[in-house]
Amino acid sequence: MTPYFDYHALAPEFVLTGVLVVVLLVDLIVDETRKYLVTQLAGVGLLAAMVPILTLVAAGDFPRSMFGGAYVVDEFALLVKGLFIVSGYVVLLMSSDYIAAGDYHEGEYSFLLLSSILGMVVISSSRDFIGIFVALELLSIPAYMLAGWRKRDLKSNEASLKYYLLGVLTSGVMLYGMSLIYGATGSTLLRAIRTAVDGAAGKEPIIAIGIFFVIVAFAFKVSAVPFHFWAPDTYEGAPTPITAFLSVASKAAGFVALMQLVYVGFLGREDIVQPMFWVLAVLTMTVGNLIALRQTNVVRLLAYSSIAQAGFILVPFAVAGSNARAIQSGQTAILVYLMIYAAMNLGAFGIVIAVARKTRSGEISSYGGLGSYAPGLAWTMTAFLFALAGIPPLGGWFAKFYIFRAAIDAGGGWAVALAVVAGVNSVIALFYYANIAREMWMNPVPDGDTTPVRVPPALTASLAICVVVVVAIGVYPQAFARLGELASLVR
Amino acid sequence: MDWFDSWALTLAVFLPLVGGAVIALWPREDETGMKVIALLTTLVTLAVGVGILFQFDYGASDLLQLEVNRSWIDAINSNYHIGVDGISLPMLVLSMFITVLCVIYSWDHFPEPHNPKSFLMLMLILEVGMNGTFVAQDLILFFVFFELVLLPMYFMIGVWGGPNRQYASIKFFLYTLFGSALMILSFLALYFKGGETFDIPTLIAQGGIASHATELWIFGGLFMGFAIKVPMFPFHTWLPDAHTEAPTVGSVILAAILLKLGTYGFIRIAIPILPEAAMSWAPWIGGLAVVGIIYGAFGCLAQRDMKRLIAFSSVAHMGFVMLGISTLTSYGINAAVFGMVAHGLITGMLFFLAGSIQHRFHTRELARLGGLLVQAPRLGWILGFCAMASLGLPGLAGFWGEFPAILAAYSPAEGLSEALFRTYMVIASVGTVFAAGYLLWMYQRTAFGVPKEEFEHIHDVHGGEWLAWAPILALIVVLGVYPALLFDVTSDAVDSVTTAFRAVGH
Repeated sequence: MTPYFDYHALAPEFVLTGVLVVVLLVDLIVDETRKYLVTQLAGVGLLAAMVPILTLVAAGDFPRSMFGGAYVVDEFALLVKGLFIVSGYVVLLMSSDYIAAGDYHEGEYSFLLLSSILGMVVISSSRDFIGIFVALELLSIPAYMLAGWRKRDLKSNEASLKYYLLGVLTSGVMLYGMSLIYGATGSTLLRAIRTAVDGAAGKEPIIAIGIFFVIVAFAFKVSAVPFHFWAPDTYEGAPTPITAFLSVASKAAGFVALMQLVYVGFLGREDIVQPMFWVLAVLTMTVGNLIALRQTNVVRLLAYSSIAQAGFILVPFAVAGSNARAIQSGQTAILVYLMIYAAMNLGAFGIVIAVARKTRSGEISSYGGLGSYAPGLAWTMTAFLFALAGIPPLGGWFAKFYIFRAAIDAGGGWAVALAVVAGVNSVIALFYYANIAREMWMNPVPDGDTTPVRVPPALTASLAICVVVVVAIGVYPQAFARLGELASLVR
Repeated sequence: MDWFDSWALTLAVFLPLVGGAVIALWPREDETGMKVIALLTTLVTLAVGVGILFQFDYGASDLLQLEVNRSWIDAINSNYHIGVDGISLPMLVLSMFITVLCVIYSWDHFPEPHNPKSFLMLMLILEVGMNGTFVAQDLILFFVFFELVLLPMYFMIGVWGGPNRQYASIKFFLYTLFGSALMILSFLALYFKGGETFDIPTLIAQGGIASHATELWIFGGLFMGFAIKVPMFPFHTWLPDAHTEAPTVGSVILAAILLKLGTYGFIRIAIPILPEAAMSWAPWIGGLAVVGIIYGAFGCLAQRDMKRLIAFSSVAHMGFVMLGISTLTSYGINAAVFGMVAHGLITGMLFFLAGSIQHRFHTRELARLGGLLVQAPRLGWILGFCAMASLGLPGLAGFWGEFPAILAAYSPAEGLSEALFRTYMVIASVGTVFAAGYLLWMYQRTAFGVPKEEFEHIHDVHGGEWLAWAPILALIVVLGVYPALLFDVTSDAVDSVTTAFRAVGH
């Protein structure tokens, strides 16, 4: 029997695959001086992949399920696919001049970036261990290479190697956990696993061990403390656009997989899931923030800040199984947070790229007096920083609000305690975000060089996208909230 | 005037934002143009405020008027619900009024590093936040406006402030953010316990939300948010730093309006929504308030810097306001609202004076100043006038904030310990003596004596300053002589807050 193919539902994946192949071929035939064509082609291809997503939304008729429920296209999948493609597009805009200026391999860069995005698009629909694993490898392996793209730079080599070794270890741990669960439940389908976990098989200790390993593996992926130590080195060494990509899209992919695992697969065992995530969330927020306080390099600071931000996203998982409403509001919170976080973090990295074009430095002190000679960049950066800190009327407050809401909605002492920890952490975080703002607005230019920063049009466009989203969401959050609410996972 | 009814408050809140946007697009070179725009914007906003004063039905000041209720964030049931009653009206108009005077004062007083464009924009954004907080009738809307003032004030202190500005600005920001983080958690708890609504009047109408123990916790979160903003002892330590380092206009806005956001929050949100929890918290709030009165006074006596002294006097004066609130009687809360307005005018004025003195003498050190009455008699007399108003001289506005608050502590709401509150009353009365002490001491050091040789050619009050100050001075006298002007507006609205507490002996 041939399996059922819903070509419309798979169209985004097909388009991306087609674009991949074309990009690779075109890269072979265009000569060195016109490699920018490849990047542009990749950008157009990404936008083209958005078209079937929109037509699918228009067509409705969810969920579209294939391969016995292993591959599901529903509102949730489409929303996060859109998120991955749009943030991939923004990263591509940021990279074009960076990669061209650094004399790197432009064509291959676009190809690998697209492959990774394809992996993310696939993982959004995978409701099966095998699908999740394959998609995770598809999105990770190109990223290992991209992290080492500045190949004459030792730090970049270190970044790539650390990322690779940890990634492989993660895969091993995850596969081991998955095999245990498969052994006990007899299925790799998340929905079948859920049924088994809820029943008699769920009481087996082997299931508990399996769940533990799978969650630990993804804790590496989303760089949750204490599995975070690869992240700052990798982020610092990798080319900055790739750092942005890793800290936003790759991390979001990890959370998307976690959502499917926790909310679809493991919901019967919240006695394991909740305490694990409670501890992970508290540690990740607190440790990430406290170490971020001591950073002097802006990329490392953003790396630790993104660890702390991940801690906030872990909060709803810690109340995942409390009651039906908490499940719903938790999922909405994670999705809303991921979308807003993508805009503000990508934006912050965009500014880092722009400023480094002039200062050639990632030190926070090199931001001194930015407000005096590049007020546009400084204003935009200020918006991103205070959005990350969660100060109204910039987008971040709404993301944090949703996290608080999920925790208070679940109720109970542990949930409220977690919310208070999150609240205190948002205050700590303000200190280091404001520190960059302070440098930009209140300190003099360190070397007295006040030539304006030239920002290429592609980078300007990417910054504009991010800042519009951040401000619009802050003032009128209804739009994203609606998206997040519609896109709850079908169980 | 249907059109005005439905748009007045929205205009009052967002007109400054429009002005700010215009300034943002204005050419940087044309400073006068930008000042004119800022002045026009604030004047038009004030005109809307005057319009609201005329449109307001004083016979029904306990009801929300000029109400607008539109959907804003459906996903969380939060609405764009705004309206004014007798408590918010004076605060709203005060905020508009002070902002106009701040624009006038800063006309040729822009502190280093100058940059009037950003400075005026920040001032206008501040006004959006302040006006918005006073009209918001939805917890989330309130929260957004309440937080909106943080960023502009942070930059105002941090960029234009004194030598220690970076420390002061971040301290201010962190302290208040800590309070609001706990406050938003309490808001969420109110939402889920109170029938899934953020609407303040709806929550109030329920007359209690949850079990007493839960309410105590929720009130605790609100208390942290508001008490840090007020600031109450022991959360006051950000205030002297922020005030001392802030530019003059920043200090004025901080003292006149921002501190009131905290006390207003108590009266508008914490007490009416959670009356029973308020009852249990009231003795503690009253206790901290009187500690603040005494502590603030001693703090004043230990200062060498004039501006820091005025900042500590704010801690003491806000203690009187909080004491009035903690009695949970109409009498006390009326006094508190009056105290808020009076403190806004008087302390705002004192900060203006401190700024002008620094502008002339390039120091605020009390030991180096002296002889102001000889060198600049008008300035000296105005300072004396404000010191008298601040110490609560009958006939000036300060008296009507302080004296009734003390009197209210004599008979607090039924259920509160009379003995305890009468003790508070005695301590607070002693506090007024200290207040006279430190204010007269300050006046003596700055105004009396022989002018120092190091300061020559000190100008007296000039045109711009008269323009900015005269309205405040007039209001201090008017409210002092005829306090009913304000009490008549607030009392019905306050009564509706205190219906839950039957006052003893009235």
